[in-house]
Amino acid sequence: MSDKKMKLKLHVWRQASKDAPGAMKEYVVEDVSPHMSFLEMMDTLNEQLLNKGEEPVAFDHDCREGICGMCSMVINGIPHGGHRGVTACQLHMRHFKDGDEIFVEPWRARAFPVLRDLVVDRQAFDRIIAAGGYVSVNTGGAPDANALPIPKKEADLAMDAAACIGCGACVAACKNASAMLFVAAKASHLNHLPQGQPERYDRVKKMAAQMDAEGFGTCSNLSQCEAVCPKEISVRVIAEFNRDLLKAQGK
Amino acid sequence: MNLDSKIPEGPIEQKWSKHKLSLPLVNPANKRKFKIIVVGTGLAGASAAATLSELGYQVEAFAFQDSPRRAHSIAAQGGINAAKNYQNDGDSVRRLAYDTVKGGDYRSREANVYRLAEVSVNIIDQCVAQGVPFAREYGGHLANRSFGGAQVSRTFYARGQTGQQLLLGAYQALEKQVNAGGVKMHSRHEMLDLVIIGGHARGIVTRDMVTGKIESWAADAVVLATGGYGNVFYLSTNAKGCNVTATWRAAKKGAGFANPCYTQIHPTCIPQAGDYQSKLTLMSESLRNDGRVWVPKKAGDTRAPGQIPEDERDYYLERKYPSFGNLAPRDISSRAAKQVCDEGRGVGPGGRGVYLDFADAIKRVGKKVISERYGNLFDMYTTITGEDPYTVPMRIYPAVHYTMGGLWVDYNLMSNVPGLHVIGEANFSDHGANRLGASALMQGLADGYFVLPYTIGAYLATAKQPKVTTDHPEFKKAVDDVRARITKLLNVKGKRTVDSFHRELGMLLWNKCGMARTEAGLKELLVEIPKLREEFWRNVNVPGSADSLNQALEKAGRVADFLEFAELLVMDALDRNESCGGHFREEHQYEDGEAKRNDAEYQHVSVWEWKGEGQAPVRHKEPLVFETFKPSIRSYK
Repeated sequence: MSDKKMKLKLHVWRQASKDAPGAMKEYVVEDVSPHMSFLEMMDTLNEQLLNKGEEPVAFDHDCREGICGMCSMVINGIPHGGHRGVTACQLHMRHFKDGDEIFVEPWRARAFPVLRDLVVDRQAFDRIIAAGGYVSVNTGGAPDANALPIPKKEADLAMDAAACIGCGACVAACKNASAMLFVAAKASHLNHLPQGQPERYDRVKKMAAQMDAEGFGTCSNLSQCEAVCPKEISVRVIAEFNRDLLKAQGK
Repeated sequence: MNLDSKIPEGPIEQKWSKHKLSLPLVNPANKRKFKIIVVGTGLAGASAAATLSELGYQVEAFAFQDSPRRAHSIAAQGGINAAKNYQNDGDSVRRLAYDTVKGGDYRSREANVYRLAEVSVNIIDQCVAQGVPFAREYGGHLANRSFGGAQVSRTFYARGQTGQQLLLGAYQALEKQVNAGGVKMHSRHEMLDLVIIGGHARGIVTRDMVTGKIESWAADAVVLATGGYGNVFYLSTNAKGCNVTATWRAAKKGAGFANPCYTQIHPTCIPQAGDYQSKLTLMSESLRNDGRVWVPKKAGDTRAPGQIPEDERDYYLERKYPSFGNLAPRDISSRAAKQVCDEGRGVGPGGRGVYLDFADAIKRVGKKVISERYGNLFDMYTTITGEDPYTVPMRIYPAVHYTMGGLWVDYNLMSNVPGLHVIGEANFSDHGANRLGASALMQGLADGYFVLPYTIGAYLATAKQPKVTTDHPEFKKAVDDVRARITKLLNVKGKRTVDSFHRELGMLLWNKCGMARTEAGLKELLVEIPKLREEFWRNVNVPGSADSLNQALEKAGRVADFLEFAELLVMDALDRNESCGGHFREEHQYEDGEAKRNDAEYQHVSVWEWKGEGQAPVRHKEPLVFETFKPSIRSYK
């Protein structure tokens, strides 16, 4: 792998606050190492801006190891940049070349208002979970953990869905800004476990209603969500969700 | 400073049950009259906030991230310990407690540790009831694996995402209570001060990180669950936002800071690749179940790993610690890696790395099984380094990972400031001078689900403090102080970025107060850190305004606190003139390089009291008494 430093032209969405108008702004960033992560490249840009006395680009990030779900950038039109199973923080600059032009935008969805630059408000996701994305069990009095065996296959299916990091890339990729993959992943996680059965149908109804109330769109089954999901969550969870939702109507 | 540990009398097995019986209770109908502030909503904070709300208390919870699900607990990979003995391999509460006390090099409080081991079994039950998808065997029962410092398999896991799944369990419990109206959640709010009235902790001051609004909040008790301070080293495995601000603010208001020099350097992280690097990435300790650690026998051997024949490799952990082998505890494995690299036998760019090799394991169980066990970790390694660990050994090197030090708490998890409770990584009590793998998740959830909900009730039942509102002059004063500090940061208008100061601080600490520490180096730091701090306040550049989303300002406040706190960390490292666990003073080692404790003089907790700007902090001691687990030389050979 070449260690040669790159010079890139960036177009970055700048917006001072929630209600201020925003626009794409052009920057040249130099000395980009191919070993850097995309966010470290953004750090480099910000250091350059700071040294010129300009305000840095605000972007959400925290763990920088692909698990907290905080980073949220549309890179060249694709949430997280289009490398399968990778968040923006794990995307490395070796996938770009000297002289590249890169467009960086925030998640765009009515339910995710921009707070500043690339930072959006994703509390709608918390409210969807609060509506029913849990097992209603209080602390204390749980039976022994091995009292109820769970077939490995079901536990694995639950875990596949539970891997969701709540980043919202699925919403950002969807032309309808639908949150179906996120919502269905949580429902699938719990609905594949015996502990999730008592509230199964109530849960899907409540979560679906909250998703609608937040202003997310409906699902057109185009699977763009699956393509950008950094945890590669399958759209089978959406099929499961729809089936449960249908069954729930009669309950 | 009152450092009464309030350890209950009686045999260690009965302390907690007897204590629970003796704790005064708050009548269910009266619980709703009490308001509790919980700062930080990671494993400890979310589990506490949810449980306290279920009991009927009013809870106001705060997080600096946009959602409680983002807390750094989420990044814990490998697992959570519990003394379930499902494997029938001889585990028990006592053995887990013993392993943890020994792992901490006899610098933890054994009564707390025993309680931790006791409630560990309840944690697994609780999490399964919540729907945490732990790994299972084909028969449908829970699977276990081994972690460092243990000779039994007691670690429960959910692929390489155990922290994530446990946090989501606690987060969902918390959101359930938000929905029920019992918890008010304030995300993107950062705590910037603690308010003490009549000697009791009665509230906090926060900054709304979106609007910049400074607000104060009054309550009957305050719980800090704000994690560790590993980011004082700049490069660590912590999330970028992890900081010492909440606990340091509390320390400056009178809470004792215990053992700040106890920092954990994790042996298996991806080595640093360049100066631009913003963080280091951990590769789970669970990998050492199957991976073998080695370096070439010959210094300066630059052959590719595959070209180095078996008899020219040094599997140094297996050689030095035959009974624990590659699963030697973290502090010991880290130092061993440093040692071989110092000898010039390190691998990769700069020679700061050792191999973690899966070739034998793949030969033994096949690539498919290894991929099932560690697939996501291998993928992560490939994403970051561009190398394939199925065919080339991983390169790893130690990195700052966890901090055992934290605010001093008694057996009830209350600090020396009445009403101020501290849980999870933010407190100091359970891990001594070194934490064993898979014990951080255990402690966070033990504190939040099963300890604090009992003990805080006793405080509320007996404190009998008058209700206060944020109109109280102490709140006004704290708000003014916070505003003045923000204005001061914005008005320096210097030439250097916040990050450049943070990097420099981190480099100083890593070089002289990292894996190996000497009196001379620490003394140099006590000159260099104040100098850097002085330059910070003269020459930092924080653009933008106070009343908007301003990430440079957020960072500046945190780095300003790190610059003060770092000095205390170094003072503690200098004061503790012995080696123990992760604190390795080069002056104190056995001939084979192992840490040499000095129990006669240092078998105590060092608790530091802030005495004001420009004043030297004062060190108090809580003696450590081992009634059950008698201190011995910690050997893993």
